[in-house]
Amino acid sequence: MSSSPMAPPRSFRWSRRIFLTLLTGFVLLPVYVMVSSSLKPLADVTGRFRWLPSELTIRPYIDIWSTVPLARYFVNSLVVAGAATVFSVVIAVFAAYAVSRYEFRGKRVFTVTVLSTQMFPGILFLLPLFLIYVNIGNATGIALFGSRGGLILTYLTFSLPFSIWMLIGYFDSVPRDLDEAATVDGCGPLGALFRVVVPAAVPGIVAVAVYAFMTAWGEVLFASVMTNDTTRTLAVGLQGYSTLNDVYWNQIMAASLVVSLPVVAGFLLLQRYLVAGLTAGAVK
Amino acid sequence: MTTTVPDEAAERHTSPGTADGPRRRPGRIRRIGLPYLLLLPALLLELLVHLVPMVIGIVMSFKTLTQFYLRDWTTAPWSAFDNYRTAVDFNAPVGEALLKSFTVTLTFTLLSVGLCWLIGTTAALYMQENFRGRGVLRALFLVPYALPVYTAVITWVFMFQRDNGLVNKVLYDQLGLTDKPLFWLIGDNSFYALLTVSVWKGWPFAFLIVMAGLQNIPRELYEAAALDGAGMLQQVRRITLPSLRPVNQVLVLVLFLWTFNDFNTPYVLFGKSAPEAANLISIHIYQASFVTWNFGTGSAMSVLLLLFLLVVTGGYLWFTSRGRRTADV
Amino acid sequence: MRTERTAAVAAVTMSLALAATACGGGSSTGGGSDDSPKTLTYWASNQGASVEVDKKVLQPELDKFEKQTGIKVKVEVVPWSDLLNRILTATTSGQGPDVLNIGNTWSASLQATGALLPWTAENFGRIGGKDRFVDSALGSTGAEGKDPAAVPLYSMAYALYYNKKMFADAGISKPPATWDEFRAAGKKFSKGGKWGLGVEGSNLSENIHHAVVFAKQQGAEFFTPDGRPDYTNPKAVTGVKQFVDLMAKDKIIAPGNAEYAQNQSVSDFAKGRTAMLLWQSASANLTSQGMSEDAYGIAPVPVQSGTPGTGTGVNSMVMGINMAVFKNTDNLDGATKFVKFMTSDGEQKILNQAYSSIPPVKGAQADPAFNTPANAVLKDTLAKSAIAAPQVAEESQFETTVGTAVKSLFADAAAGRPVTEASVKAALDKAQQQMPTK
Repeated sequence: MSSSPMAPPRSFRWSRRIFLTLLTGFVLLPVYVMVSSSLKPLADVTGRFRWLPSELTIRPYIDIWSTVPLARYFVNSLVVAGAATVFSVVIAVFAAYAVSRYEFRGKRVFTVTVLSTQMFPGILFLLPLFLIYVNIGNATGIALFGSRGGLILTYLTFSLPFSIWMLIGYFDSVPRDLDEAATVDGCGPLGALFRVVVPAAVPGIVAVAVYAFMTAWGEVLFASVMTNDTTRTLAVGLQGYSTLNDVYWNQIMAASLVVSLPVVAGFLLLQRYLVAGLTAGAVK
Repeated sequence: MTTTVPDEAAERHTSPGTADGPRRRPGRIRRIGLPYLLLLPALLLELLVHLVPMVIGIVMSFKTLTQFYLRDWTTAPWSAFDNYRTAVDFNAPVGEALLKSFTVTLTFTLLSVGLCWLIGTTAALYMQENFRGRGVLRALFLVPYALPVYTAVITWVFMFQRDNGLVNKVLYDQLGLTDKPLFWLIGDNSFYALLTVSVWKGWPFAFLIVMAGLQNIPRELYEAAALDGAGMLQQVRRITLPSLRPVNQVLVLVLFLWTFNDFNTPYVLFGKSAPEAANLISIHIYQASFVTWNFGTGSAMSVLLLLFLLVVTGGYLWFTSRGRRTADV
Repeated sequence: MRTERTAAVAAVTMSLALAATACGGGSSTGGGSDDSPKTLTYWASNQGASVEVDKKVLQPELDKFEKQTGIKVKVEVVPWSDLLNRILTATTSGQGPDVLNIGNTWSASLQATGALLPWTAENFGRIGGKDRFVDSALGSTGAEGKDPAAVPLYSMAYALYYNKKMFADAGISKPPATWDEFRAAGKKFSKGGKWGLGVEGSNLSENIHHAVVFAKQQGAEFFTPDGRPDYTNPKAVTGVKQFVDLMAKDKIIAPGNAEYAQNQSVSDFAKGRTAMLLWQSASANLTSQGMSEDAYGIAPVPVQSGTPGTGTGVNSMVMGINMAVFKNTDNLDGATKFVKFMTSDGEQKILNQAYSSIPPVKGAQADPAFNTPANAVLKDTLAKSAIAAPQVAEESQFETTVGTAVKSLFADAAAGRPVTEASVKAALDKAQQQMPTK
């Protein structure tokens, strides 16, 4: 990667410099607005936009916790997105392994159906899904609607198709000889899965986990209908900063930053795996 | 790519079982059942969350489901194809509005996907070679994709305000490009606002995928081309783009479906009633069903949308795969 | 072989366990019973400055109720953006709160779903009788000729809030009583970055409240007597146009108001950027924004003739919040008791004072606390010149469709496009066509 077969011409370097500078500006502008506005007093953000705060204040970062129960929403989001990710990955690993390593009747139907769910407009099954949850609740006493459990179930299924599909690609690229060797060594097929295929597919699994987590962390529509005060997630909870009095833009920005930081940090830490995972999985 | 397990491999897998002979029948059954067992959790969830609700949704689309029947939707009267007729009667306002919304969505999606792909690919190509700051830049570029949707979009709302926003501050106050401050969140410009946000959020995904795809192109190809005297642009045209074809096939499709069905972005940007110029179909259907309490018509519109996407996807895959196969041969 | 079986079992177990994941929340309800007499769930609407403020106002009262009856009330303050959707989903599923607040304009719509307990004479008897309530408030509790779907809890009315200092500076001695005076005054203020009036052009409900009143002043209704939508009658068109013209033609509203939907106009008024505001019960809001009580005056909303009254003299909708009992409640007795408690004279006084609204209960309304000049205007308006929202099942669809039409007209006006009789009519026609056909 380091040595180039041919030194890039000067014009190329210039065009690259210009393009990447412009792109960086485009990408960073909202980030700058978010950061600078979160340090402004309310008067600055309810009046004309100003590039620099009239005075720097960390007040918004203190107030965000009392204006809305941000901590509770944060925990809800964390539990929901975390659980959805874990379950989604495990279930996708099983399913992808079956598709990648076995011939069986209905395989094609399964993969096509799962993939086609990507086409469903969410709005089509919002109300029906809601009815199903309520009926399950009435029949069995399990509260899916309004609970975190229901939301976990929903979100993990949302990320499932893409995850399964990426992992199939990834597992296909793990040489079969490896799991056969393991099988010969006395592991069952599932032993081979856990001892050979999964370890070899870590980048793909990380990529899938990141995707699942982000899907759950950012969803708005189902969260707005399926949660109540105690189970509300951040996506809906952040609306609380627009009160009847004023839109607390500085607090919105501060809260946005606070809820984004863990995700962005995690994402950037894992990006190496992500590229590697995508290389072998989706992009095969 | 999902169904191409070579028969030979499958053969080899079942062989240890058959070697044990018919004496170990239960084990054999288990082995045949194993793939189904592995699929079971995924299958149950897909049924519960995607498939059964979709069937219910389709049933609802044949009913007159207004507030009078909400308490028990099964009692709503059957309306045969009335909802569909209303939805596709393009001479009446409901159908006209749907058609308009569909056109807006399609234009928006094509532009957004095109721009995302173009920016993503260009950036990935420029960053293929190592240079100082490449790692930092790559991390920066992924930030819009990593940010939770609502935090990103709400920041854009803040920037797009007419009186107090950054966009008008720059365009009108500082650069004087417009002769008066423009509205971005209502009226016709809302389309561009939506497009900007969508591209800003979407291009890093294209960047990520193309970057991954580029790493799969063997180095030797470039070296051989360089020996033949091909310049940078020619290398891109003759080697990079053709090698990226399978990647692009998937990338464009995924971007298309996600953008077309995107609800979160317009909803956070405009709220429950989007301006006509940016009235994406997902919001339109949401309004038709939830806001005006007409779930039958809303479902019918969703089903039509689903059919459209199925046809487009099927056609797209058939077309691109055929082209690919002939190109490979 | 063992690993295989274990993992297969694990896969199945997990899929079952997943289906059983439950993390509490939501009360399961059967149908109008007294199965759980010791608890109630209550969805309150957002009346104060924020959801958190509301919780602080309500909690002491709920504690009082628990002390009296032993019934614990779990309150959830639902933001307005979610309230109707939440009620709708609760209706569909039969799984909702025991008691809930609804915007009084939704009464007939929600009544039609059949999800709310009808307030028969017998049920009214349990909370002290129907005649405890003010007539105007009872007019917004459901379709005529049916038992009300809810009982009034808070009443509000629109009034004209004006900035006293700006009026004095402009040499205007008294608040405008007719629209001609109003426009003339507005034009005096609309210069140098200040404006005559503030509106919420992108807020559908605000738009509707004004549209109904402006149309009524022309003698128009949006629904025919038999309940069919009639948005495009010439008088309604004139009324709506007159409202939008305040920005389009008279130019006394800042164009930027067209994208307001989050009460920015109240904030503008409090900051002295606009001289006038047409708002319902704004006092508490203005105070919390740092505008002192004597900085602004309150007058009735102008009418064509200058004297508010019935018919074309109407100058506000009967605004307010009603309290309803969900039919599927599992604590019918407790729910009724709770409604009785909340509508008792004492509680009415405390709550309406906290929210700067007017009690719809006669006994509480007589209290001197509601005789301040500000409240006198509101009370007077409610008693003499306020009109109920159309009590038809499609009211909530009406709010959305016509509200959106007015929003788009404001967008036109703000962008400098002409707003004509024809364009107003076209917008309203489009709104009407979206109404479900019967």
